[in-house]
Amino acid sequence: MSIRDVYADNNATTMTAPEVLESMQPFFSSLYGNPSSMHQFGGQVKKHIDRAREQVASLISAQPSEIIFTSCGTESDNAAIRGVLEAAPEKKHIITSRVEHPAVKNVFQYLAESGYRVSELSVDCKGRLDLDELREVLDDDTALVSLMWANNETGVVFPIEQAAEMTRAAGALFHCDAVQAAGKIPIDLNRVPIDLLSISGHKLHAPKGIGVLYVRKGTHFSPYLLGGHQEVGRRAGTENVPGIVALGRACELAADSIEAENTTVKAVRDQLESALLERSIDASVNGDTVNRLPNTTNISFKFIEGESILILLSEVGIAASSGSACTSGSLEPSHVLRAMGVPFTRVHGSVRFSLSRYTTAEDVDYIVTNMIRIERRLREISPFGRDELPKQIR
Amino acid sequence: MWDYTDKVKEHFMSPRNVGEISDADAVGEAGSLACGDQMKLMLKVDEHEMIIDAKFQTFGCGSAVASASALTEMIMGKTLDEVAKITNRDIADFLGGLPDEKMHCSVMGQEALEAAIQNYRGVPGEETANRKKVVCECFGVTSDEIERVVRENDLKRIEDVTNYTKAGGGCRQCHGRIQEILDQFAPTEELAVPKPAAGKLTNIQKIKLIEETFEKEIRPMLKADGGDIELIDVEGDRVVVSLRGMCSSCSSSSFTLQKYIEPKLREFVSPDLYIEEVKP
Repeated sequence: MSIRDVYADNNATTMTAPEVLESMQPFFSSLYGNPSSMHQFGGQVKKHIDRAREQVASLISAQPSEIIFTSCGTESDNAAIRGVLEAAPEKKHIITSRVEHPAVKNVFQYLAESGYRVSELSVDCKGRLDLDELREVLDDDTALVSLMWANNETGVVFPIEQAAEMTRAAGALFHCDAVQAAGKIPIDLNRVPIDLLSISGHKLHAPKGIGVLYVRKGTHFSPYLLGGHQEVGRRAGTENVPGIVALGRACELAADSIEAENTTVKAVRDQLESALLERSIDASVNGDTVNRLPNTTNISFKFIEGESILILLSEVGIAASSGSACTSGSLEPSHVLRAMGVPFTRVHGSVRFSLSRYTTAEDVDYIVTNMIRIERRLREISPFGRDELPKQIR
Repeated sequence: MWDYTDKVKEHFMSPRNVGEISDADAVGEAGSLACGDQMKLMLKVDEHEMIIDAKFQTFGCGSAVASASALTEMIMGKTLDEVAKITNRDIADFLGGLPDEKMHCSVMGQEALEAAIQNYRGVPGEETANRKKVVCECFGVTSDEIERVVRENDLKRIEDVTNYTKAGGGCRQCHGRIQEILDQFAPTEELAVPKPAAGKLTNIQKIKLIEETFEKEIRPMLKADGGDIELIDVEGDRVVVSLRGMCSSCSSSSFTLQKYIEPKLREFVSPDLYIEEVKP
């Protein structure tokens, strides 16, 4: 079989869409003015920022004035959480879940060390949130609830609408890390009472280095970066104009393709998942398969190890990721899978395939053929589960 | 991606001596499924204690497979006495080196070999209390294993011990105990210095220095505001304190702890310390 490049790690980052790349080019060459300048050379750039702000707002049904451009999802999360707590210092209780991205998780850990009382909501074996637990921990002292819309590792989608309503009823603010959700599933902030929401450009086919923080009108918020008057004083720093324009265009494209994400991309993902489950020796899906992003599947291959799988996939041009300890940079396996109680026999062999609208049915066939071959090869050298192996390779 | 040498990659892509020896004379295992790596080594040994065949099975990452493969090449045709001298560093060197975070893979190879030799000679595993004393509960690493890598690799920091054995890489509760083991191997004159370098303090020295720092640097400031501080416990780098007097009811006390007291302790005692408050 000929080697081809198959990128199946779109929850890590995405290809910049060709239309997006084209949209940003002029802002590296002729349109390099500073939008804050008084002259026309800079001033003409500002209207492109305004346009991008409208495009972003439109994707999530927000007002343009509620959109703040940042440098990345992590900045948006940090600015949101710390910005509202600083604006309301009298309350000392904050709530999050055990499966958040480090950009939220580590901020909460820092706040716990600085004297905040932190409640961490658990998830069940399918990565689902228990809303009753949220109801129980909300109290008069609760300043903020921060929950992700969709999980980066498993794709599991939380019941954000109900969680946000419950939080508002309790008089607390609600922040949502929607970095994985934006562009993949519909987000309607007219309907869902979210106060702050984070988006990252490079997860939806814009380049790296651009993010969005949505702050609902009327929310008390202290800026994180102090300096000039950019973003109406809520985020100082000269605007990343090419990035902003690119993100605007990417949001426009995302709005157009969101239906395809939930039909075409979903069908390709389902094809990948069912073929892997059917043809593997022993594999299982991690996470709720009902409420899940259309592009993500997280599959554990029993008795083999994730880094070995990734190296062998990479050898044949396939990019994916794993929750194994050896791929984490630390020595511990995925905190998400452990919070779900996935047994060690399966955690280390977990592989996440995250697709995009650029993934084809041929790509999926190529992944399946190679993944099945790799599973057999690694099972042959593994000391575990020998009795369960098919006779010919035992 | 890890920065593997060509030799590591080659041994991972084409591992030597994979498989089982059904009538093995010696079998040794190391690692565990919980840690994410396990190795089983099987040997055929002739009447002169020479290894005439070696096979392995490994569950683990690229460098774990490569370390096991390298080990079988290194021991083939040698006597048990000769191979007993092989250290984890020898395995890593054979592969042209391993990333620091992956040194535990070479340790696993060495441990499987040691277990196989013991299995062959019928040594009952030296199951003394000390050997089996688990220091790191997360990864099940014993004091014996930690002492060995510290001695053979001349390790100085907790971080190194974690890279070589995984110990301390989880909940961090055992950092104090690992530091004590490191202290045993540290040159004694360094321990005698009144303000030693970071990470070379015993708990008692640490407590003494913390009390000194409280007295000289912190109490005068707190007392000016009608408050005081008391040291409750020191466990590894965790310093547990309780604020007294006006401080105990002060709304900015956590700010004081984080922004003023912790930096002072880090400056004057050890840069890794962190502070926790318990309410009186």
